[in-house]
Amino acid sequence: MPTVAPLDLDGHCIAAAFLDNIPFFALAEGMVHWLDHGQKSIKLHDGLLSATTNAGNDQLITGGEDGKVMSLSSSGTAEELASAGKKWVTSVASGPQGAVAYASGRNAWVRFADGKTKEFAHPRSVEGIAFSPKGMRIGVARYNGATLHFPAADGTPTELQWDGAHTGITFSPDGAFLVTTMQENALHGWKLVDAKHMRMTGYPAKVKSLSWSAKGKWLASSGAPAAIVWPFTGKDGPMGKAPLELGTRGNTMVTTVCCHPSEDIVAIGYDDGMVMAVRFADAKEVLLRRPGKGAITAMAWDKDERRLAFGSAAGDCGVIDIAG
Amino acid sequence: MTEAQTQIPVTVLTGYLGSGKTTLLNRILSENHGKRYAVIVNEFGEIGIDNDLIVESDEEIYEMNNGCVCCTVRGDLIRVVEGLMRRPGRFDAIVVETTGLADPVPVAQTFFMDEDVRSKTKLDAVVALVDAKHLPLRLKDSREAEDQIAFADVVVLNKTDLVNEDELRQVEAAIRAINPSARIHRTTRAGVALDQVLDRGAFDLKRVLADDPHFLDAHDHDHDHDHECGPDCGHDHHHHDHDHHHHDHDHHDHGAVSPIHDVTVQSVSLRGGEMDSKKFFPWIEKITQMEGPNILRLKGIIAIKDDPDRYVIQGVHMIIEGDHQRAWKDDEKHESRLVFIGRELDAERLKRSFEACQAA
Repeated sequence: MPTVAPLDLDGHCIAAAFLDNIPFFALAEGMVHWLDHGQKSIKLHDGLLSATTNAGNDQLITGGEDGKVMSLSSSGTAEELASAGKKWVTSVASGPQGAVAYASGRNAWVRFADGKTKEFAHPRSVEGIAFSPKGMRIGVARYNGATLHFPAADGTPTELQWDGAHTGITFSPDGAFLVTTMQENALHGWKLVDAKHMRMTGYPAKVKSLSWSAKGKWLASSGAPAAIVWPFTGKDGPMGKAPLELGTRGNTMVTTVCCHPSEDIVAIGYDDGMVMAVRFADAKEVLLRRPGKGAITAMAWDKDERRLAFGSAAGDCGVIDIAG
Repeated sequence: MTEAQTQIPVTVLTGYLGSGKTTLLNRILSENHGKRYAVIVNEFGEIGIDNDLIVESDEEIYEMNNGCVCCTVRGDLIRVVEGLMRRPGRFDAIVVETTGLADPVPVAQTFFMDEDVRSKTKLDAVVALVDAKHLPLRLKDSREAEDQIAFADVVVLNKTDLVNEDELRQVEAAIRAINPSARIHRTTRAGVALDQVLDRGAFDLKRVLADDPHFLDAHDHDHDHDHECGPDCGHDHHHHDHDHHHHDHDHHDHGAVSPIHDVTVQSVSLRGGEMDSKKFFPWIEKITQMEGPNILRLKGIIAIKDDPDRYVIQGVHMIIEGDHQRAWKDDEKHESRLVFIGRELDAERLKRSFEACQAA
């Protein structure tokens, strides 16, 4: 039986992460808490807006209302990586070779490991930013499409057009596909080799959480009363195929999805705070956590694939031990 | 909905550069009124107050990808409001300042069209600051100045000390001609009482028009003065409604009548008796679907036959909301009043079809 070790914090949880296998919880007010032989915490920002982990899973990268980009190591050491002035840093991403990308207003920056930065200006706001898993390349979600930059080289960016406001962005783990969340209740995708479009629609709400399954075979998404899981096994991605609908509930919505690191299983967080794990093959459901005080807003698996950290909009966070 | 309890009110402040927006914002941020405001500005600019609740944001107008030309929202507001609302308890209300050239419609629509924003906040009122001295010029050279007035619930007519009484009346008449239902406050140095601009509930169906027995009456007045004498009779705002030709006038003539009124916005005020609900609701639905792109605002109090309650309705483009407000008082005439503010409205057709909805 799964067991839940609760951690009641004060505020909206932006991100949950395991750094060197220690559970970390980053809150909107700017506090980060972690459980390393007792509860520890640090005030990282005055207002924390965005967070991600680095490739080595030993650092948290965050952006704040204070215009700063910070890193926090698993031992709790904070470092200011950059400052964008007084404007909000609304999205951050981590890339290969210690590179970090961040966005504020209409600009995006890539900061390389040696501290040098490169700025990319756009005519419209940068709504989301992500690194491609291959090579030094970033994707920017923007109004009417996405823009791809190669920060290590000088050259013209690649523009991918699709009408509407694109609010978030992710590359498939093999780098073959780019998927954006939209202001509409839809996802949009491009097959990067030929810029072929993929429309993924039918959601009753905006999609705010995306998670690629092991080896990128599936893309799980929130925005419906079930986790909507699109197949990316064929060379054309999900086109012409129906998605899986896992963990369907009648009275609440899926708010966060987080795929298992190696198996075709997804952890699903709901608006009422419930967490379930569901297997793709047979849609078998296991209840991991009963409903709580707020919507699930963040989840992360540890590297032993045995624990799941979760956070909510109301601050009732915790760590679920799957094996119990 | 349980969220209704915690919805944070949002005031939208429009107005040209130099109209006094910054002065008013500084007052909102610094005066001792017991409330805390988060302020979303386009540029920190001249706000001389260091306050971590002032957020700078680039105006981003996003068309929704649904084929509807008037479905626009402010993308940056969605992001900023969502961010602010993750740290509740720091502020009681939000003020959005727009740039001088901003179109107020996408700002307002954001609070109706985005589900996340809508569940956490509610639009309180759109306040337009107008510079009494420069408005005539602004109306000549920009459509935005006109839109801002047309769209406003409250117009703060500022810098009245820079014009004489005649000019002031003329400016006020121009404002009235564009927007017959807005409250107008004459001020100097944006010195309007803050409770006249904040927490107005102008989009709240329980409050909109509730305390406004003269809703649309002033309009009759403007109508009269436009036709009769021009800009020097701008006083009596509580003109009583004895005239029955109030919806006959042709607003296309405004530009010709008022020398400073080069406007394309018109308003159509309709008045009728009790409505047949089986006719009225399909009618308003159809009108807003078909004429939506031309309708900036609509507001009305509707008397429905055999219904003891006042039915209030308000809308922005194609978005309409209506609800029972309160019971008709014993001494109140069961009368339906509706105003459309927009462009290229067919006043004759609106009047004819509206009157056809009256109960037999």
